[in-house]
Amino acid sequence: MHRIGDAPKVRRALVSAAVILSALFLLLPLVAIFAQAFSAGADVFWRNITQPDTLSAIGLTLFITVLTIPVNLVFGVALAWLVTRFRFPGRRLLQTLIDIPFAVSPVVAGLVYLLLYGRNGWIGGWLDTHDIQLMFAWPGILMVTIFVTCPFVARELIPLMQAQGSRDEEAAVTLGASGWTLFRRVTLPNIRWALLYGVILTNARAVGEFGAVSVVSGAIRGQTNTLPLHVELLYQDYNTVGAFASASLLALIALLTLATKAGLEWRAARREA
Amino acid sequence: MITLAQMTGSTPKRVLPGFGLSLGISLTFVSLVLLLPMTSLVGQLSGLSLAEYWAIITEGRVVASYVVTVGAAAVAALVNAAFGLLMAWVLVRYEFPGKRLLDALMDLPFALPTAVAGITLATLYSSNGWMGQLLAPTGLQVAYTWVGIALAMAFTSIPFVVRTVQPILEDMPVQVDEAALTLGASDGTAFRRVILPHLWPALVTGTGLAFVRSLGEFGAIIFIAGNTPYETEITSLMIFVKLQEYDYVGASAIASVVLATSLVLLLAINLWQGRFIKRLHGGKG
Repeated sequence: MHRIGDAPKVRRALVSAAVILSALFLLLPLVAIFAQAFSAGADVFWRNITQPDTLSAIGLTLFITVLTIPVNLVFGVALAWLVTRFRFPGRRLLQTLIDIPFAVSPVVAGLVYLLLYGRNGWIGGWLDTHDIQLMFAWPGILMVTIFVTCPFVARELIPLMQAQGSRDEEAAVTLGASGWTLFRRVTLPNIRWALLYGVILTNARAVGEFGAVSVVSGAIRGQTNTLPLHVELLYQDYNTVGAFASASLLALIALLTLATKAGLEWRAARREA
Repeated sequence: MITLAQMTGSTPKRVLPGFGLSLGISLTFVSLVLLLPMTSLVGQLSGLSLAEYWAIITEGRVVASYVVTVGAAAVAALVNAAFGLLMAWVLVRYEFPGKRLLDALMDLPFALPTAVAGITLATLYSSNGWMGQLLAPTGLQVAYTWVGIALAMAFTSIPFVVRTVQPILEDMPVQVDEAALTLGASDGTAFRRVILPHLWPALVTGTGLAFVRSLGEFGAIIFIAGNTPYETEITSLMIFVKLQEYDYVGASAIASVVLATSLVLLLAINLWQGRFIKRLHGGKG
């Protein structure tokens, strides 16, 4: 059987073009990150990573991520349950609204939070008189991180839960299962891989967010400096090797994200076969 | 048959539990996290007269940033349309060693933090970087020019076209190829006349999404852009500059332009996609 583009010459040309372009535009940058990070040797790399400023940036990034994930997990599951299991007016609108963070430029996202909670903002003014500071402090970073990452879990769950339907769950209710038992024993086993991937995506974005965080953080060394902001700071200080050492940690998380995705897809394909 | 609900005049009880709880969590979250902050932009702008607003958003340096941003984003989106089509075709139609790795690599720009992409591209394409040295004899300067801006935009939006075209191509039945070729079309004609029209809606959607994303991109660009006023400043950076001058009103005005543009474009893409899906399902979708 003959298909379009089957001729060996065409095939060879297209595959070579695809591989060469991908190597140049995607693989080369990835290699460059690690090459730069280790360009002064493993000792220097280690010293860069274990500097107090770097360690505190890693700590803050982990802290923000660890708080962001459960918030968006609960929201994502609740929203997916709501829009796939019930029909009610405004359902479509709600589904459109959660895409706002994808449409908004990160800098604009940071700005609207700064306007609201900053010293001159509507809520910020009141907070200021009560000595509560959210902006240019970790709570501000946490808030914008939750904002930019909130669609990921819901976006992974909704199509899957829609496709699966609610027959299993209705059967369980008929058999007398309570709400929590129903979720834990029937729903969760069906959605756990999509849930995991949603969390992985949330994690990748939370760890790496730059634009929104740089507006609200103030980037105070050792206090409100997340890892991506730390990378910027070192780079602007002409400490390229140090910047890439920190960047390589973020690249490593990106690689783990890609590996998880490939693994989950491979698993799904094997189950279908 | 008359149901119990109709007899008693009440709506049927929802079978599954958790409506109230999930509605409560979702509405609280959407209001507090998504909608409330957006209102602050309106509040900030309400103090401006229309003339003042117009003056801010049409100031020379800001207009120059629109031209740079839109121009570079258009180039980046078109480059990605071609590259994405090629990648989707190769990944769906051919088998070759390393294919799975290549497929996984396509998602790298979404997984890699934008600031990391930014410093890496800036270093690679600077005059003493690997790519910069390679390109030096050709006279093409990428770093600190609009070419660098377009490159950074193209990099961060690579997955959009590939991942929208790929599933459509996968679902295309073999018979389409056979029919076209049996009727005597050459490969090139068959691709242009049969395959491309079928992929067109997905290709336009993917390219549109890549364009919107490029308009809003910040982290990957500022390191390679050079950020020279009137020449290589992007609009997101203008918002940032205004903020550093504590000009919150100016920042809000420019942000409202960025926000409105991306919302209108996304709405247009959704409508286009909706129309296409309707056509596919014979007007029922």
